[in-house]
Amino acid sequence: MSAKRPLEVVGQPRRRVDSRAKVTGQTRFADDLSLPRMLHCKLLRSPHPHAIIEAIDVSRAAAYPGVHLVLTGKDFPVPFGIMPVSQDEYPLAPERVRYVGDSVAAVIARDEKTAEEALELISVTYRALPTISSPEEGLANPQPRIHDYGEQGNIHRNQSYEFGDVEAALATSDHVFEDVFFYEGDTHMALEQQASLASIDGDGKLTLASSAQNPHYLHRQLSAVLQLPASQIRVVAVQNGGGFGGKCDPAGHEMVVSKAALLLGRPVKICLTRQEVFYQHRGRHPVLMKFRTGVTKEGKLTAMHLQTLLDGGAYGSHGPASTFYTGVLTPVTYELPRFKFDACRVFTNKPACGPKRGHGTPQPRFGQEVQLDKIAEKLGLDPAEMRLNMVTKANSLTSNWLGIGSNGLAECIRQVVERSGWKDKHGKLPEGRGIGIAASTYMCGAGVSIYWNKMPHSGVQLLLDRSGQVTVFCGATEVGQGSDDVLASIVAEVLGIGTTQIRCVTGDTGITPIDLGSYSSRVTIMMGNAAMQAAGRVRDLITAAVIEPLETTPEQVVMSQGRVFAADDPNKGMSFVEAVVLAETKFGTLGTVGNYSPPKPPGKFKGSGVGPSPAYSFSACVVETEVDVATGMINIEKVWIAHDIGQSINPVHVRGQVIGGVYMGLGEALMEEQVFRRLPPKLSNALVHKIPSLLEYKTLTSADMPEVEVILIEEPDPNCPYGAKEAGQGPLLPVMPAVANAIWDAVGVRIDEVPITPDKVLRALKLKRAGKNPRVGPEYFPEVPYPEPVFVLPPNESGDGKESKKPERVAANRQTEVTS
Amino acid sequence: MSVGTVKEVQRRVHMTLQVNGEEIDVSFAPYKTLLEVLREDLGLTGTKHGCELGECGACAVLIDGEPLLSCLTLAVECAGRAIETIEGLAQGTQLHPLQEAFADLGGSQCGYCTPGAVMTAKALLDKEPSPTPQRIKEAMSGNICRCTGYQQIVESVERAAGCCRNAEREAT
Repeated sequence: MSAKRPLEVVGQPRRRVDSRAKVTGQTRFADDLSLPRMLHCKLLRSPHPHAIIEAIDVSRAAAYPGVHLVLTGKDFPVPFGIMPVSQDEYPLAPERVRYVGDSVAAVIARDEKTAEEALELISVTYRALPTISSPEEGLANPQPRIHDYGEQGNIHRNQSYEFGDVEAALATSDHVFEDVFFYEGDTHMALEQQASLASIDGDGKLTLASSAQNPHYLHRQLSAVLQLPASQIRVVAVQNGGGFGGKCDPAGHEMVVSKAALLLGRPVKICLTRQEVFYQHRGRHPVLMKFRTGVTKEGKLTAMHLQTLLDGGAYGSHGPASTFYTGVLTPVTYELPRFKFDACRVFTNKPACGPKRGHGTPQPRFGQEVQLDKIAEKLGLDPAEMRLNMVTKANSLTSNWLGIGSNGLAECIRQVVERSGWKDKHGKLPEGRGIGIAASTYMCGAGVSIYWNKMPHSGVQLLLDRSGQVTVFCGATEVGQGSDDVLASIVAEVLGIGTTQIRCVTGDTGITPIDLGSYSSRVTIMMGNAAMQAAGRVRDLITAAVIEPLETTPEQVVMSQGRVFAADDPNKGMSFVEAVVLAETKFGTLGTVGNYSPPKPPGKFKGSGVGPSPAYSFSACVVETEVDVATGMINIEKVWIAHDIGQSINPVHVRGQVIGGVYMGLGEALMEEQVFRRLPPKLSNALVHKIPSLLEYKTLTSADMPEVEVILIEEPDPNCPYGAKEAGQGPLLPVMPAVANAIWDAVGVRIDEVPITPDKVLRALKLKRAGKNPRVGPEYFPEVPYPEPVFVLPPNESGDGKESKKPERVAANRQTEVTS
Repeated sequence: MSVGTVKEVQRRVHMTLQVNGEEIDVSFAPYKTLLEVLREDLGLTGTKHGCELGECGACAVLIDGEPLLSCLTLAVECAGRAIETIEGLAQGTQLHPLQEAFADLGGSQCGYCTPGAVMTAKALLDKEPSPTPQRIKEAMSGNICRCTGYQQIVESVERAAGCCRNAEREAT
């Protein structure tokens, strides 16, 4: 307990705690590490997209001078996978390869060159199998199965949820709109290629230093795969050179170097080549989507039936969660009384898809926001006004039982409309110029852990001593997003000191309390709340130690700007260091812990664990563009984006996260795609990655990037530390649909898929000139054998959050009510 | 194995490189790139790699003042040439204005592209003390950054240019 004072650190633009190391080149990324006697590892990867490994002969490689060890699938009997329900990967494929790039053998040698040379001496006999290149092929060809688990055939996950009788609501809607959209897959392309260094410490324990976003999950998986107690393994998540979701999955190469170090007793390092990073992938799922949306003539939503079909690639990865995320957040932005959501993930013989910035939600958000633009057009409504009229409310429940806390969406929309001059521009700019709007939301941390348990999601430990030094320990991982700075800022704010007085020790399973990792935009909220608790406990100890010398009460004690004093007599006080000395004298060695678990999700049906979050961020985006009708070239002039951050911890870096999200969103909208082509039959018929290089995988450069005007909306959320919500993922989401809507405004064509490339614009313009539907996009949605839906009544229809066993009767009742 | 050892001795070249104003003797396999020699033989890991194919700019260093990709430069080509890397940019503990600006304005997020970006920007400012934002964007267009969206990098270079000009003015 202590006196209130204005914020001193939180909300102030500041140099990040880790900036100096970054600008001097001192930050050590995984590949910057080296140890005496270190060996190097290279992986042999499959040239076949789907094949049985009939024989593998490593004898020549093993005998090659400079080679210390060759490993194959038989050295790894235990499978792994990030999700408990998808333990379908092996560090090295034992019997079967499932995509071009699947690793089958590893050579550990004195240097990378020797290892590479030895790889060529390994002979593998493959028996090629038929391949699946798309979800449609997967649905049509249940055999051969890529995996012997899953729903059926090549369907990995298949699910359906219905919140209220959607067909009944659609039947009574003034209009029902049906649209099909496609979102191409793309990849994270973090600039740092994944690297890992495994070594055996003096005490015989294994240490793995790796570019990993989620060291805790990796720790668990390593223990399982190596069949070694977790206590004998230490995972250090080295500062990541960007993650964006690409370093969330435990990866085979991390297991391989760990095993090799254990067998050889020497440090073993691997650094993936850029091409291998494209194979490792785990990026955005290609998703085909169908929206059937009912609206009133005033432009309010009545119900939506959303169907999604995901191209999962060769392994499960985060797929079960990704599948949910292609639907569950759809009702969070606008009031949607009833919602039905079918989703199906199909295995294909391509690198596995997984979580990328926005995880599963950019795809349906694109479809939903473009469809809204079409609806506004048809109803003669202003797209911004129509959205404003139906935004969800703060402290409300969605039809699918997600609890929204603070909600700054309306203000986000108002701000981008005003700043962009929307009212003078929309529908009024000359031909070839246009403006488009879209909005979105994202979670501030997943409400449920990846593996089921009732333990905290984040733990923080604080250690202080008489020198005044404050060390904060947390398992959270710095992937470039500023996690360490958030941690230091929150502790500094509570203790009334500067961030430079704090030392952060993070992302190390050997010495830091568990934090689940840098995913789902959870770090600021979960680590931040745990840090507030730990720091609050230290504050209380210091307060108790100073009240006597200050002759004051706990309520009067203020900790501010490195001093501790009484509010009623600020001259009477002492330095922070002196106060720590008093506390250590009174209580002994000073240390506290704090932890955080998210609130229980409101929904009680099976599957209600995906989507709930302690808070949701909101964003709105306006894009102004120019389209060259002769070439189809799209030139984005300017982007306005408003983001409901709750409270900025460090506005410099919130703004950086927002602009970075816009940048990546523009890349997805205009050019980024992870695509494959089939080689001709005489060349093996393989499905190969079309563009596994940075030169061919197009992204925006500094010369392509338009000006971005960022507006931060600060409506503090009571569930968040100092009210701070996420900024890492949300601001990417509205960008792609805003671009598509701006192109419509500019030249009157609809491109219902991303990326929106000049050739597609030209095709649509040609259709327009020919008097045909000026649209390029998927033509149909295939028949998908979705299961019977889990039926749950929405909160506003007296639902209790549980599955209702008799949807037919509910449907019938609803029908009667409507018709009577 | 003894044959292998002899071969290895033959495969190495001995050179004196001038790195950050210091003469350094180093021996390495002649096929090694400057990037590999800097990182692996000289321990200068501040220079990064994102592709090793000349696509990303993370490995940019200055050679005789020109920003060049160290992953496409053979170290044996660098005899007698002045190599500048991120490690040599600060004067003692005093950061270069570019480093100050990148740190203060969010020009660096994950920090992986930062050394290459800062060195490229230094080459620009050494030649053009007052670049327009458009000129900065052009000059930096070979340095891929996946985090910032470039805007804060451009702002950082602009701020640093101003600081460098002021310092110049005060010195004269």
